[in-house]
Amino acid sequence: MNFFRRAACAAALSLSVVAGATGAESEKTFAPAIVFDMGGRFDKSFNEGANQGAERFKADTGVNFRWFEITNEAQREQFLRRLAARNAKVIVAVGFSMAPSVEKVAKEYPEVRFTLIDGFVDLPNVQSVEFAEHEGSYLVGVLAALASKTGTVGFVGGMDIPLIRRFVCGYEQGVKATRPDAKIISNMAGSTPAAWADPTRGSELAKSQMDRGADVIFAAAGQTGLGVLQAAADAGKQGIGVDSNQNHLFPGHVLTSMIKRVDVAAYNAFKGVMDGTWKPGHQRLGLTEEGVGWALDENNRPLITPEMLAAVTKASDEIKAGTRRVVNYSDAGNCNY
Amino acid sequence: MESYFWLLSLLDSTLRLAAPLLLAALAGFYSERAGVVDIGLEGKMLMAAFAAATTAAFTGSALAGLLAAIGASLAMALLHGFACITHRGNQVVSGVALNIVAMGLTAVLGNAWFEMGGRTPNLPAAARFGEVTLPLAETLRNVPVLGSLYYELISGHNVLVYLALVLVPVTGWIAYRTRFGLRLRAVGENPAAVDTAGISVPALRYQAVLIAGLLCGIAGAYLSTAQGAGFQNNMTAGKGYLALAALILGKWKPVPTLAACLLFAAADALQTRLQGVVMPGIGEVPVQLIEALPYLLTVLLLAGFVGKAIPPKASGRPYVKER
Repeated sequence: MNFFRRAACAAALSLSVVAGATGAESEKTFAPAIVFDMGGRFDKSFNEGANQGAERFKADTGVNFRWFEITNEAQREQFLRRLAARNAKVIVAVGFSMAPSVEKVAKEYPEVRFTLIDGFVDLPNVQSVEFAEHEGSYLVGVLAALASKTGTVGFVGGMDIPLIRRFVCGYEQGVKATRPDAKIISNMAGSTPAAWADPTRGSELAKSQMDRGADVIFAAAGQTGLGVLQAAADAGKQGIGVDSNQNHLFPGHVLTSMIKRVDVAAYNAFKGVMDGTWKPGHQRLGLTEEGVGWALDENNRPLITPEMLAAVTKASDEIKAGTRRVVNYSDAGNCNY
Repeated sequence: MESYFWLLSLLDSTLRLAAPLLLAALAGFYSERAGVVDIGLEGKMLMAAFAAATTAAFTGSALAGLLAAIGASLAMALLHGFACITHRGNQVVSGVALNIVAMGLTAVLGNAWFEMGGRTPNLPAAARFGEVTLPLAETLRNVPVLGSLYYELISGHNVLVYLALVLVPVTGWIAYRTRFGLRLRAVGENPAAVDTAGISVPALRYQAVLIAGLLCGIAGAYLSTAQGAGFQNNMTAGKGYLALAALILGKWKPVPTLAACLLFAAADALQTRLQGVVMPGIGEVPVQLIEALPYLLTVLLLAGFVGKAIPPKASGRPYVKER
């Protein structure tokens, strides 16, 4: 009995020594941190994009980063505050839902730098990075219209918020500009953050759209979108991925992906603070800044015909040059074009 | 004609969504008719869904996944039985505990094994229960009305959906036409009488709880390897509780329970189809209202539209042989 007690004590002691050592070590060095949203670090989409950027930073510089994954609403502020209190030099907050918490915590810790992705907070220590999703969505809309045989295309959004309306609106414009008689069916998975993480619901929505004739479906819904792509692939139809390049998920059944370079935003935030080039303020990354785009790789090359490539390149060039205007839902407040 | 196909697709989706509710509600039927309250339907389904997805991911076989799901669910059912039959613990407390354990354990194990935020890898077609095309469906497809009804609605579901539907009459037969069923119902109403007749109350209740475990196992496997293609955190999302509500709404009888499950599923299916539809007079229906539809329906119906639902008399009370 005595022996066991001694062994247990020794184990506990050595554990606490190890924990203490790592704690001191990370406080001495540069400590970036990232907080992921509900979809989770490996959602194969938005959050995973941010994770890739952070991982690339780690590979390039050898500096490890701390991360947290939100599983309920109360944790946003709690995790941000904990990271700020533990001397994180820069905290990347992923997702529009973080905005109110970032605003609150950034005021309390003016020396900590925050990079908010997909939201806007006007404070001297916050960098807000937003994307021109409507431009990228316009391009995949062009591709969807040309790829559809039935003339009906679908859209499945995650949570019903202005950001996702921006996707739908751009997509709609792209489809209609290419094929004025096309029909667009759009659905939102829900009105709470849980709508980002419900693939079963995603496939159910996709099935209902396919029942109504849709044969290309654009999913802008985090993990929920995986269910959409799955259902489209199962039915032999085509899906369009979002945020990260999702072409590899169901090769031959993912027409393309609307890429949002969340990885670049996360990488630049870490690197910028390390090099001292980090600046607060508002950025909007569009086609011109290569913040958004559409994915072409070996998985979807057979699906993209020369005509489609020509049409999408033309649209892309015109948007960059400013000769083709895409209405931004967030600026206009509606989707009239 | 278009509205006819719209209706067919709605009913088709209703069947798909009703299957897991129905399996769980039938599980609750066996357990509660034997006098053991089962709040733990949710937890058993969740654990089973996780076991099915994990096993299917490693072995590439849907059947292996199903067996693992049943195994996991049976283990939880045994634990429930041990706590409330052998040790006469509070049945509600034990059920809630199982739910919490399942929620935590699946998230932790999933994160540790796959590092995908609690998800399991996407399953290939071979590791899932695919859709079954019933005989003659293709040939009959062009027969007006009935042909498309058969092709769109009856055919083309996975095997677990058919199993769930077949289990309703089977359960009715077992409960009302067999000796086991008579004893099962008696032990839920008056265990002392069953004991006097020389039949072991604990043995009967254990059997009932294990059957509930088996059915919850199938329901869980349905969620992750038939309807979905992998496990996500908390993927049951309250379906266990909804099944319990269906059981109460169905007054602890198999066929009315089926009707309640179909009703809930139809509300859910309707919800995805009503989005963005413009209603005459009101304009576009707000998403929030549509989302609340199944819950509103439940509250309204439970609030008195169905009449009094009387649970089995001994339900929730542990049996003590001698006082």
